[in-house]
Amino acid sequence: MKEILEGSQAIAQTINNIKPAVVSAYPITPQTHIVEDLAKLKADGKAKYEYVRAESEFAAASIVAGASATGVRVYTATSSQGLLLMTEVIFNIAGMRLPVVMTVANRGVSAPITIWNDHQDTMTVRDAGWIQLYAENHQEAIEQHLLAYKVAEKANLPAMVCIDGFVLTHTYEDVSVPSTAEVSKFLPTFKPKKGQYLDPQNPVSFGAFAPPAFYQEIREELHNDLRNSKRLILDEYEKLKETVPDIIKKTEKNAHINNGLIEYYGAAHPRTILIAMGSLVGTIKDTVDEINKGKMASSLGVLKIKTFRPFPANDILKMVISAKQVAILEKAVSLGATDGPLTLDVKAALKNKAKTKVQGFIVGLGGRDITKKLITRIVKEVERKGDQMMFIG
Amino acid sequence: MHQIRFHGRGGQGVVTAAELVAIAAFNDKHFAQAFPSFGVERTGAPIEAFARIDDKPIRTREHVYEPNILIVQDSSLIGTVDVTAGADDKTLVIINSSKDKKEIKLPVPSKNLFVIDATKIAMEELGRNIVNTVILGAFAKATGLVTLNSLKKAIEQKFSAKGKSLVDKNISAITRAYNM
Repeated sequence: MKEILEGSQAIAQTINNIKPAVVSAYPITPQTHIVEDLAKLKADGKAKYEYVRAESEFAAASIVAGASATGVRVYTATSSQGLLLMTEVIFNIAGMRLPVVMTVANRGVSAPITIWNDHQDTMTVRDAGWIQLYAENHQEAIEQHLLAYKVAEKANLPAMVCIDGFVLTHTYEDVSVPSTAEVSKFLPTFKPKKGQYLDPQNPVSFGAFAPPAFYQEIREELHNDLRNSKRLILDEYEKLKETVPDIIKKTEKNAHINNGLIEYYGAAHPRTILIAMGSLVGTIKDTVDEINKGKMASSLGVLKIKTFRPFPANDILKMVISAKQVAILEKAVSLGATDGPLTLDVKAALKNKAKTKVQGFIVGLGGRDITKKLITRIVKEVERKGDQMMFIG
Repeated sequence: MHQIRFHGRGGQGVVTAAELVAIAAFNDKHFAQAFPSFGVERTGAPIEAFARIDDKPIRTREHVYEPNILIVQDSSLIGTVDVTAGADDKTLVIINSSKDKKEIKLPVPSKNLFVIDATKIAMEELGRNIVNTVILGAFAKATGLVTLNSLKKAIEQKFSAKGKSLVDKNISAITRAYNM
């Protein structure tokens, strides 16, 4: 059923319908209404999970790690500084192969102090071994939470759903939240296998000491399993469409591909492709339509990266190989590197395989508004010589 | 697509007003979006919020730079904030002021200017100088973008947790502003 909800509210209701056993969070800036709404649902007797108010984000992450290790479904949410404070636990969660699902309301990090949106927080933990999904709008955020739990529990990998802080969390728009019955059709009750959780009848150790003779293989296995989860994300996304058709938005008229990893929208044979993640893609789609109707008819498309980890390198290569140039709009910097994190990965994916020019543009840091005018400027800018990273806007 | 920009001050319920417009438009079977200009909220500081209404899904997330409609909850902002930035000769401006239309100095055609003494209605109906809902009655009347019924329903949806008395008072205030 369509409703008009704030992004945080829509996610909180979805999480309640997913029925985690334990929710833990730290209720202070930069937290969102998601955990406030989950606390309220619990207080109003509308939720069955154990709600543990933690004394810090470090504790919240530790609490869900511990609960997950006992073999139950868990949830937490955070943002910016809170995510950074969780970092040590985040690496441990992945290393111990715990299927924790977390929402990160993306925000910039200090200093200087900012409360506004960019992707610096989640980009900073991209190497931790978690699946990372980025949502364009409320509906996609909901889909990605269902997908995250399904894939996490099947592959024993943690997953983070990244939604733009304020831009999605505080915006009211129409959305359809799947009911518990719809959710359970896609996502069955979580039943971990013997040996995958702490059980006095079958004692196991998680994250135990690994000397040099073993450590590297264990990390390699985690890497390979994360890479291989790409297949699972693709398959489960198709199942999600079949089992809960109401909640999957009809594929947009101009979208040529839309799967669990990427979506391409725009001209069939584009000269220029813009690549971006998250809510910015909505504004880009409007810009693409305007430009494709004008003098530069049918020259432009946008490739949305929904899954950043595992990185869909071949899928991106296939989509951009025939284009003359690619402009990547990213909301994070790898300080001191030659490009932003997304651009570095795309350039690596295309190296020696495509002649397409790739240029990175850093936009919207600390909540700066990204306008259609700015996107149009980038479309012109990428036509010029050179592929140096640019801060723009 | 209709683009609405709200101007007011922290504590005046500017963001709530934008949300109410979106909820009301949704109740009228339109697509709608509402979001604040994400500031650090301080009482009295100038604040903006935005709403969009369309008959197809709304994808853009940029702020409203070329508003069709401006809602100014506090006329003391004139001169401090460029409230009419991006407005053209078709932009409707709904402003809360006890002054006469002729005394409002804004660079928009007089026929597009709607002045309502929302503070007076708020004081009488709500007993507090909270004008955000009152001015929406004038908005519904001047623009026809949302129906009065959908607006009333939006008030119920948004304020029901705060009690029936508050809902009734706001509905009464909105209706009075609508009928002026």
